[in-house]
Amino acid sequence: MSGEAQTASEYIQHHLQNLTYGRHPDGHWGFAHGAEEAAAMGFWAVHVDTMFWSLLLGLVFLFMFRSVAKKATTDTPSGFQNAIESIVEWVDNNVKDVFRGTNKYIAPLALTLFVWIFFMNLMDLIPVDWLPWVAHSVGIEYQKVVPTTDVNATMGMAIAVFVMIIYYSFKIKGVGGFMAELTMNPINPKEMGLPKLFWPPLMIFNFLLEVVGLLAKPVSLGLRLFGNLYAGELIFILIALVFAAGSGWMAEGLQSLFHDGHIPSWFYIAAAVTVAVTLWLNLKNILSTKRTLLLLLIELLLVGGLAFAGGQLMHFGWAAFHIIVILLQAFIFMMLTVVYLSMAHEHH
Amino acid sequence: MNINLTLILQSIAMMVFVWFCMKFIWPPLTSALEERRKKIAEGLAASDRAEKALDEAKQQAEVLIGQARDQATEIIDQAGVRGNQIVSEAKDDAVGERQRQVRAAEADIQQAASQAREKLRSEVVSLSVKGAEKILGKEIDAGTHARLIDELVAGV
Repeated sequence: MSGEAQTASEYIQHHLQNLTYGRHPDGHWGFAHGAEEAAAMGFWAVHVDTMFWSLLLGLVFLFMFRSVAKKATTDTPSGFQNAIESIVEWVDNNVKDVFRGTNKYIAPLALTLFVWIFFMNLMDLIPVDWLPWVAHSVGIEYQKVVPTTDVNATMGMAIAVFVMIIYYSFKIKGVGGFMAELTMNPINPKEMGLPKLFWPPLMIFNFLLEVVGLLAKPVSLGLRLFGNLYAGELIFILIALVFAAGSGWMAEGLQSLFHDGHIPSWFYIAAAVTVAVTLWLNLKNILSTKRTLLLLLIELLLVGGLAFAGGQLMHFGWAAFHIIVILLQAFIFMMLTVVYLSMAHEHH
Repeated sequence: MNINLTLILQSIAMMVFVWFCMKFIWPPLTSALEERRKKIAEGLAASDRAEKALDEAKQQAEVLIGQARDQATEIIDQAGVRGNQIVSEAKDDAVGERQRQVRAAEADIQQAASQAREKLRSEVVSLSVKGAEKILGKEIDAGTHARLIDELVAGV
């Protein structure tokens, strides 16, 4: 929840600040209070929120899939087992299509990356203020709940992938093969028939080009995911800002209902419960859909005015679009990882 | 947006998760899928076989039904022949019996008629003798007139 006199940029900055635990410049360890303190910690700091949520979601993934794997039967699968199996099969097929080598570790790697990243991206669809508000109410100042909007998280995964690329390059191609790949491309002095005297400068040139290309792989892998999710998160924050500002403006009448002119939080909780009950009644066929929509509109207007409803619509629209983005980015990360590792497995 | 230790920790977390997945999630799931695929393939093959067997059984059944039909026709034919035979035998029996009865009746009738004729004749003889006695006024000597009387009797 936004504080008392928070400006828009403060609101945004607050939302983009990780909960950082690290070593202060004076040497003692503790949480950073504000962006400057976090920056001053340098490398020796951990984004506790990023780690917490990514580990939690990773464990959710492991638990979900492990629970199915444990009792996987060859009989007719139940609904949940079916869903998990179809994901596994889909990943397996994708990997088989792309990966030319024979390495049984690639497919589970791809599965882990895809589902884990998807779960982390999915956190982006939780309204931006909810979890930070919960955290705030238990005394945690900063909370960034989408791990993939933290460049450390995405680059951390990309670096792990990069290490695997290097490992398999050396393992499959051999040191000589890998070096030849780095130095004899794209200008091959051997094929050009140049005397050996001219080889070293060309090889150095090739090496510089290829190393850039090699390093670009993890960087693009990590930054692509980060950039997409960060931008998405930012737009959610902006929408939240717009509709918070709008509701502040439109809800003056509402504010005047309360004696101190401040809308208490229980009002919003009551509103959320009312909306939930309305939707539930519709699902139980007690309310017709037409009436439900009308009721929802009235409720939204009542709670925050037109701007609130507009904000809701914007949020819904962007969220609907963002579902595609988060799925696609998880898929791209997975596929690129597989492609890079496939390239690392290729002989020349 | 600071690069810090999170980078390394995230790499470690990822490697651990990937390891867990490789070890405890992927193998059982894929082997289950593979086994089910095999099972389904076997099931489909079995159903193919069953279908073929069904076809064969149907053909066999048709042959059997044909045979049974032929047999039934034969039996019916035989029965018809036998029936006709029985009927004609019965008819022959009946005709024989009728003829026999008719013959017996005819014999009875003839016997009765000849008895009656005999009786009549003897009565005629005695009547004629009595009549002649009366007419002649004397007794006809049966011995002397026997030829005459016999002629008379034969004439009756």
